[in-house]
Amino acid sequence: MARYILRRLIAMPFLVLGIVTLAFLLTTVTKGDPLTAIVSDRQMNDPEAVAAAKARWGLDRSLPERYLIYVGNLLSGDLGTSFITRRPVAQDVLFRLPATLELVIAAMLVGTTIGITLGVLAAYFHNTGIDHLARFFALFGSSIPVFWLGLALLYVFSVKWGILPGPGRIDPRADLPAMVTGFMTIDTLLAGKIRLFFDALWHLILPAFVLGWAVAGTISRLVRANMLEVLDREFILTARAKGAGEFRVVVRHALRNTLVPTLTVIGYSFAYLLTGAILTETVFSWPGMGSYAVDAARGLDMPAIIGVTIVGGVVFLLTNLITDIAYVIANPRVRLG
Amino acid sequence: MTALSITPIRRPSWLTLPLTIGAVIILFWLVVTVLAPVLSPYDPLEMAGRRLQAPSWAHWLGTDALGRDVLSRTLYGAFHSLPIAVIVVALSVAIGATLGAISGFIGGIIGAAIMRLVDVTLSFPPMLLAMAVAASLGPGLENAAVAMVIVWWPVYARLMRAQVLEVREREHVEAAVASGASDSRVLTKHILPLCWTPVLISATMDLGQVILLAASLSFIGLGATPPTPEWGSMISDGAAQFYSWWVALGPGLAILTIVLGFNFIGDGLHDYFDPKSK
Repeated sequence: MARYILRRLIAMPFLVLGIVTLAFLLTTVTKGDPLTAIVSDRQMNDPEAVAAAKARWGLDRSLPERYLIYVGNLLSGDLGTSFITRRPVAQDVLFRLPATLELVIAAMLVGTTIGITLGVLAAYFHNTGIDHLARFFALFGSSIPVFWLGLALLYVFSVKWGILPGPGRIDPRADLPAMVTGFMTIDTLLAGKIRLFFDALWHLILPAFVLGWAVAGTISRLVRANMLEVLDREFILTARAKGAGEFRVVVRHALRNTLVPTLTVIGYSFAYLLTGAILTETVFSWPGMGSYAVDAARGLDMPAIIGVTIVGGVVFLLTNLITDIAYVIANPRVRLG
Repeated sequence: MTALSITPIRRPSWLTLPLTIGAVIILFWLVVTVLAPVLSPYDPLEMAGRRLQAPSWAHWLGTDALGRDVLSRTLYGAFHSLPIAVIVVALSVAIGATLGAISGFIGGIIGAAIMRLVDVTLSFPPMLLAMAVAASLGPGLENAAVAMVIVWWPVYARLMRAQVLEVREREHVEAAVASGASDSRVLTKHILPLCWTPVLISATMDLGQVILLAASLSFIGLGATPPTPEWGSMISDGAAQFYSWWVALGPGLAILTIVLGFNFIGDGLHDYFDPKSK
């Protein structure tokens, strides 16, 4: 096991270098001219202005040269400067990361709670109406486009019924608390603004549900399959024979034995959540990394696109590594390949 | 006494309810894809009435901000969704399976190099990588398709390699090698025919996800360009006309049902091949 973990850790720097290289190369095959994002239309006819812009942004250098400079800068934590915001990309990303994390964690909580509950119910009431409904809920969640679901729920709950707030993280007229963690719910609490805390929590409900639904579906299917297997075992019979109540049998005896695979799927769901967050943030005007990536892609802001892609790739790589290692530690029988 | 034995017509065991529902939905959309010009009441690109009309008998799904009939655009949208997804998956399978088979059969430095490229590509969140590639290639459905192939082929490379590695160890392959068959003959006649099934099943199940990805790219403006009646960009039009809810209703339901169809098929296949979870 130690050898497996060591091997995975040694591979990491190479994978990160691969991510950087691939992200850099893919965005240089551009057909669109990145200059249009920097130089105004009128200045495009002025060769001097174009040359000056090229020199300022390093676009006059050769590709290998640009790559080496990029990797060199990266080692000192510099991801370049955004064409659009004119701020360092690393700074932009760090500023926006907490909003995305807050949304993803909330979605994970929603997804896990609904998913485990549904999975247990579906297995316990195996092949009944409840089971079929749970299956339908799961399939629906992985089929519905998150951006459309977001729009539809915003329309119904916010515009029609007015019971949930519109897009954004908090009431736009609110007196914002100082940024400490970047998590709106935590920062409002730290500032002692209880009313704002509930406002932030209120704003989280819809986007977290939209993003969490598909994860809830995946988790419910997996919990159901594992529960079905466990519920047939003899120790469950023993527990029942000893007079344990049904709730105790299901939760204490059966569910506990399905936790390892469930934790694994929660870890891997992170990839889905990162992808889904891009679209959810766009629909809910959520100022996170996802909407930053979309703005960058629309505006041909190459440094920002490469930066966000690299950060996303590394975050994704790390969560998968942690999940794999946790799985191996929790489940030593697994064959290591 | 002579008993007349009647064999009742049995439903084949693979034809489960999810599989049937899925097949019916996909069949419906296949028909729409082919017959959209016949089925659509209006031209999808022309003004068919007043702007932003709510659904009525004349326009079942209303009209959009340019007065175009949403139902007609939704039906035509199938043509910009299903065939694109099939092409993307087919190309990804062709590239991925070839490279995966080479890596599994030949191994060595070439095989390792291919697999490292697979590892790195799969290290990205798929949507993020597709966005980056689509953005640098420029808007347009073809470019979005290229971006999706770049994101998707490694999945099949990994799968195909695992298959080849497994089949290569079987005895009939050993026998073929011992009787002097050439490498290429061993690969094409004795190994590959046994490797295709899982790859093709997984490809079928992926079609829904590819449709979702394509619509997502178009939604954020990196796929289809106006005035193409593509579902993702139609929902983006709907977001711009937020209070006219019907503009996004048709394309949203279209994506939902077609992806649901593929997921039902996937679920049915899963039940069939993994009967433990039934």
